[in-house]
Amino acid sequence: MRKVYLDHNATTPTHPEVVKAMLPYYGKIYGNPSSIHQFGQEARKAIDEAREKVADFIGAIQEEIIFTSGGTEADNFAIKGIAYANEKKGKHIITSSIEHHAVLNPCKYLEKQGFQVTYLPVDKYGLVDPDEVEKAITKETILITIMHANNEIGTIEPIAEIGKIAKEKGICLHTDAVQTVGKIPVNVNKLNIDSLSLSAHKIYGPKGIGGLYVHKGIRIQPLIEGGHHEKNRRAGTENVPAIVGLGKAVEIAKTTLDKESIYLTNLRDGLCSGIGEKIDSVYLNGHPVKRLPNTLNMSFEFVEGESIILNLDMKGIAVSSGSACTSGSLEPSHVLKAMGVEPAIAQGSVRFSLGKDNTEEDIDYVLEVLPEIIVRLRAMSPLYRKQKG
Amino acid sequence: MKYSEKVMEHFRNPRNVGEIENPDGIGHVGNPVCGDIMELYIKVENNIIVDAKFKTFGCGAAIATSSMVTELVKGKSIDEALAISNKAVAEALGGLPPIKMHCSVLAEDALKSAIDDYLKKQG
Repeated sequence: MRKVYLDHNATTPTHPEVVKAMLPYYGKIYGNPSSIHQFGQEARKAIDEAREKVADFIGAIQEEIIFTSGGTEADNFAIKGIAYANEKKGKHIITSSIEHHAVLNPCKYLEKQGFQVTYLPVDKYGLVDPDEVEKAITKETILITIMHANNEIGTIEPIAEIGKIAKEKGICLHTDAVQTVGKIPVNVNKLNIDSLSLSAHKIYGPKGIGGLYVHKGIRIQPLIEGGHHEKNRRAGTENVPAIVGLGKAVEIAKTTLDKESIYLTNLRDGLCSGIGEKIDSVYLNGHPVKRLPNTLNMSFEFVEGESIILNLDMKGIAVSSGSACTSGSLEPSHVLKAMGVEPAIAQGSVRFSLGKDNTEEDIDYVLEVLPEIIVRLRAMSPLYRKQKG
Repeated sequence: MKYSEKVMEHFRNPRNVGEIENPDGIGHVGNPVCGDIMELYIKVENNIIVDAKFKTFGCGAAIATSSMVTELVKGKSIDEALAISNKAVAEALGGLPPIKMHCSVLAEDALKSAIDDYLKKQG
């Protein structure tokens, strides 16, 4: 059976070149980068090189990059670290209602610790309004954290504009860029940000490694304490092979990003229009244009997302959904809810997230298989009959 | 989360999908906010459920439990059918993941609601 992986916003296959770059660090080059001898120094050199690649890729300088265990740790570190280091100035944080849980849950944690958090609404496309950010700022505000692009719908937020406001007011701006670094151009200076989270496994790098960019001079309290690693900001012996893998992944992304984003936009738009032609009562979730090149989130009215996923999986196609049934809770996606999508429509949402290895044939296969599945599930749905009658 | 083979089998080939014309009882439960809506139709002759069909908007577990409950009630008396619990439905499917147990509750509710409707019509 044909296998078609369309869940790249969840994770990507590790690039063979990345694996190749990592292997020596699981073998001959095993030294501890903190050691002064040659074994250690060889590992240290690899980390320095990877850090330079990551810094260069986002327009930062080496010392502004701290390696973490991934995007979730980077978000936790930025939010808790900046909040605690600046709490004497104020205890107010601004975020959006569509953030990843790696941002929302640290914010909720801080609320329990006496901080106030404003969760900004979004419009029907999932966009945060910079004016709303400005209005929410108080004398107590010490941190604004808004994601660069949303993982479920792909909508790209106006971070540069929000950054301008934050800069004028002298407030730290953090952005969760896990879904954008490596997919669209990201430059920390152009975005006017102070802090940014990134992850390797979303861009064909290994799992378990990510990074936090923190602008020089920004005060941040460590989350993990111990040795003097990462300039006393993140303790623990460095995950050398994974760091090398992250470095290689961004090195590759740097050369492929432009071409790939055009390729994926075309492929994705082909999938979108194909679905629109073959299936009725479908809706696009997310911004039509201000969107990640690889992301397509659609709602299929009268059917539930998990049923679609399971049926597609039986045909070898991997996608994900914002339905309640797949989120592990009884509520559909908080992102779609914040956008004002009706619960029944949100339940029928499916996210297709494409990657570099997807082909026209993959899309044709999905378009061949999907309409039958929707017809079958609709025939089973009590909502469909009511609509017709 | 992983579904049992039996759940997947019923999901792939659900039994008794559809509606019954002039049913003796209809059960309608659930709402889209929670993710599942089930409609259960029963045909009753001499106090025995001779046919049952369903329509469901929901996840894999919701469809599988709907399918299983229609299988379980066919040929049962009203009293026997009322004694079918959500656990019995889940067990007949080889178990459900904990977060999906509510689907079996919904199936039980749909059945009870259909029987209630039947009893009301009987006066």
